[in-house]
Amino acid sequence: MSDALPIEVTSPTPLLELRGINKEFPGVKALDDVSFAVYPGEVHMLLGENGAGKSSLMKVLCGAYRADAGEFYHNGEKVAISSTADAQKLGIAVIFQEFSLVPYLDIAQNIFLGREPKGRIPGTIDRRRILADAKRVLDTIGFDIDPSTTVDKLGVAQQQMVEIAKAISQNARILVMDEPTAALSDRETELLFALIARLKADGVSIVYISHRMAEVFALGDRITVLRDGRRIDGVKPADVTPDQLVRMMVGRNVDMTYPRNFADKPGELLLEVKGLSAATGISDINIEVRRGEIVGLCGLVGSGRSEVARAIFGADPVSSGEIIFDGKAISGEPDLAARRGIALIPESRKSEGLALLRSVGDNLVVSALKKLFPSGLFDQRSAQRTSDGLIRQLRIATPSARQTVGLLSGGNQQKVVIGKWLAAGSKLFIFDEPTRGIDIGAKSEIFALIDRLVAEGAAALMISSEQVEICHVCDRAYVMREGRIAGHLTRNELTEENIVRLGMHHA
Amino acid sequence: MTDITKEAMMPPRSFLSQDAIQVFYRLLAALLICAVLAVLSDSFLSLGNILNVLRQASLTFFIASGLTLVVLTAGLDLSVGANVALSACIAGTVIHKTGSPALGILTGLACGGLVGLLNGIMVTALRIPSFIATYGMLWVLNGLTYWYMAGETLHGFPAGFRQIGSGYLFGLPIPVYLLLVFLGIGTLFAQRTIWGQEIYAIGANPVAARLSGIPVARRLLLVYAVSGTMAGLASIIFLSRLNSAEADIGESLTLPAIAAVLIGGTSLFGGVGTVFGTFIGALILTLVLNGMNLLSVSANWQPLVTGIIVILAVWLDMKTRRRAQ
Repeated sequence: MSDALPIEVTSPTPLLELRGINKEFPGVKALDDVSFAVYPGEVHMLLGENGAGKSSLMKVLCGAYRADAGEFYHNGEKVAISSTADAQKLGIAVIFQEFSLVPYLDIAQNIFLGREPKGRIPGTIDRRRILADAKRVLDTIGFDIDPSTTVDKLGVAQQQMVEIAKAISQNARILVMDEPTAALSDRETELLFALIARLKADGVSIVYISHRMAEVFALGDRITVLRDGRRIDGVKPADVTPDQLVRMMVGRNVDMTYPRNFADKPGELLLEVKGLSAATGISDINIEVRRGEIVGLCGLVGSGRSEVARAIFGADPVSSGEIIFDGKAISGEPDLAARRGIALIPESRKSEGLALLRSVGDNLVVSALKKLFPSGLFDQRSAQRTSDGLIRQLRIATPSARQTVGLLSGGNQQKVVIGKWLAAGSKLFIFDEPTRGIDIGAKSEIFALIDRLVAEGAAALMISSEQVEICHVCDRAYVMREGRIAGHLTRNELTEENIVRLGMHHA
Repeated sequence: MTDITKEAMMPPRSFLSQDAIQVFYRLLAALLICAVLAVLSDSFLSLGNILNVLRQASLTFFIASGLTLVVLTAGLDLSVGANVALSACIAGTVIHKTGSPALGILTGLACGGLVGLLNGIMVTALRIPSFIATYGMLWVLNGLTYWYMAGETLHGFPAGFRQIGSGYLFGLPIPVYLLLVFLGIGTLFAQRTIWGQEIYAIGANPVAARLSGIPVARRLLLVYAVSGTMAGLASIIFLSRLNSAEADIGESLTLPAIAAVLIGGTSLFGGVGTVFGTFIGALILTLVLNGMNLLSVSANWQPLVTGIIVILAVWLDMKTRRRAQ
C-alpha cells in the first residue's frame, strides 16, 4: 500500500493548524494544550487509548465542540471555528463511525440533503439535475452505483462511500475519518485505501483515527499520539516502531495504589464460559473465574467486553456456547442469573442500574425482594432496616434511605448499585466500568469493597478501560479484540503495555 | 426560590411520602367539592345521594383500579371499556342459557382476564407498545361483540343476580362493599406485596428493573391480566345493575377510567401513583357529575369539565414534582 502514497510533505504552511487547544468538561480536562497541524494532501494518523482525547479533538475540529482556549490557522491565516458551519466553510468534513444518512432516501438525495437543486416550480426539486450531479460526484471517487438506489439497501462500506461523496460534494479539503475500517472487510478496506490515495493525489488531507497498527504504518504520512488529553508526540512512521508507539500511548501514569490483598491461591471454580457466541458480536469466548479472584476483562471500547458481561447475565440472547455457574449450566433471562447469584453492575448506572426517581432504600432492596420477603408480603419497615444496614456498611453518603437516589453523587450511586446485589447475596459480581465518572476517593473505596467481597468468597469479573486499575487490582485478565478473547495475562504478565499490545489490531 | 434551599436542608422525602402528600391534596379537593355542593344544593348531603355517588364511583373505580397497575408500569390499557362490553354480553348469555348466575360471573371474569392476558402477550412477547396493542384490541373486541350480539339486547336476569348491582346490605349498596374490598386488596397488592414493589420498579425504569433481576415480562403479563379481570368484574356489576346487555355499553367507560387514574395522581410515565389515589379520582369525577345534575346544569357540559380537571390535576402534579427534584 505504502508505495501508492509517495507524497513527501513539502508545503511549509499547514492547511490547517490548531495551537494550544483546551477543552474542559466538569471534572475532566478532555484536551490540554493540544497543538496539531494538517498539511495539504497528507494522511495524518491520530492515535491514543480510549479517553485520550481523540474524539474531543475531532469534535473541536469540526466545530461540534467549542474550544475553551486555543487558536486556529487556515493556510496561515487566523480563523475561528465555533460552529459546524465555520468548519464546513473551511472545508472540514467528518465521517463518523455512526453514519448520518437517511436510510429511506436515495443516494442522490442523501448527498444533497438540505442543498437540493430547485426545480422550475417553486418548492420542488430538480430531480434530473440532482441525479446527474450525484453521478458526477460518485464518479470522482470512483464509486460505480446508480444514485437513485435507496441507502437502506447499501452495505456499510457503500454507505461510507456515500458519506465521503457527500463530503466531497461540499468541497471538503480536510476529511476526518473515525476508525473507517472498523466495520469493513479486507476487500472493502483495500478499496477504501485506494480511494484515500486518490483523494490525496487531489490534494485532500485526511485525519485518520485508528486502532490498527498495520494501517497506521501503511497509510500514515505523519502520526500524532494523544494521551490523557495531551499531545505526546508527532512522528513519521519511518522513525518509529509499533512498540515505541504503544509506549507513547500508555506512558507512565502517576502512581496510584488501590487496596488489594491477593489470595495465596484461588478458590474453587465459580464461572466457566465455554465457546460463548452471541448475535451482539462476540464469538467463541472462553472465560474462567474462581472464588476469591478479581478477573479483568480488557480491550478497546467496542471490542465486545460489555457484550460478554450481558451475555453471561442473560441480558442478551446467546447463540451458542455454555455458561456454567457454580457447577450448573445457566441460560435464560437476567432474573434467573440473579437468582442463581450473578450480579451485573452495568456501565451506565443511571439508565441501567438505578431507578433514579425512586429512593435509595427502594433501589437497595429491589433485587432482594424475594430473599427478604419469602412469603411475598412486603414490609416497609423491614426493608428500611435492610437498607439502613447497607447504607452504614457501604458508607453511602445520604441523609436517609428515603432520599431520591438520583440526587446522590456518582460514587454513592455506584455504591447503591453494588449494595442491591449485596442484599441479594450474589456470589459473582460483574462490574462494567465500575469507576467511570467517579472521583478518586470514591474509586479506592469501591475497590476496597470489591476486595472485601472476594476475600469473603465471592468473585468478580471486572471490565475497565482504566488499565492502571486492572493492573493494580486484578489477579489476571482477559484481553478482547474484535469480539474475541485475544489473550490472557497472568498476574506477572499484567502490564499496561501487554494489555494495549493484545488489544490493538495487528492485522 | 428559597423553597429550593429549604428543600436541601430538610430531610428529603421519598416518593412514598410524596404519594401520601398527593393523596392528601386530592382528598382535600374532594372534600372541597363536597362542601361547595353542600352549600349550593340541599339534596347533596342526603344519605340517598351520597350512596348514589359512591355506587356510581364504584363502577369507574373497578375499571380504573386495574388500569392503575398498568399505568404504574408506564403502559396503558385502552381496551377496558370494550372488554366490559364483551364480558357482559358473554356472561349474560351464559346466565340465560344455563340459568346459573355463578357460572355467568365466572365466565365474565374469565373472559375479561383472558382479554387482559392477550394484551399482556402482545406487549411482552410481541413487543407492541401497549397503547397500540390495546387500541387494536379495542376494535377487535368491539367487532366480536357486535358480531356476537347481532343487534340483540339481552334482558332480564334472576333477582338474586340483580342484587349484586342494585341490592343493599345493612343500608349500604352492595357495590359499595365491593368497592371497599377491592380498594383494600388493590392497595395491599400495590404497597404490601413484592409484586407490587416490582411493578413500581418496572414503571420507574424498565431496563434497570430487568437488569436488577425482576422478571419484567411475567409481571407485565400479570398486570394486564389483572386489568382485564377487573374489567370482567365491572361487566358483572354493570349487567346486574342494568339488567340488560348490549354491544355498545362499553363505549363510554374507557375514557372516564383513564381520567380517574390521571386525576388520582398516577403518572403516565410510570412508577408513581396509588390505587387509593385512583379511588379519589373516581370519586371526584362522580362528584362533579352528580353536582352538575343536582344544580341542573346540562349534562352536555360534563366532558368539558372532566377535561379541565384532568389537565389541572396533571399540571399541578408535574409542578410539585418538578419542585421536589
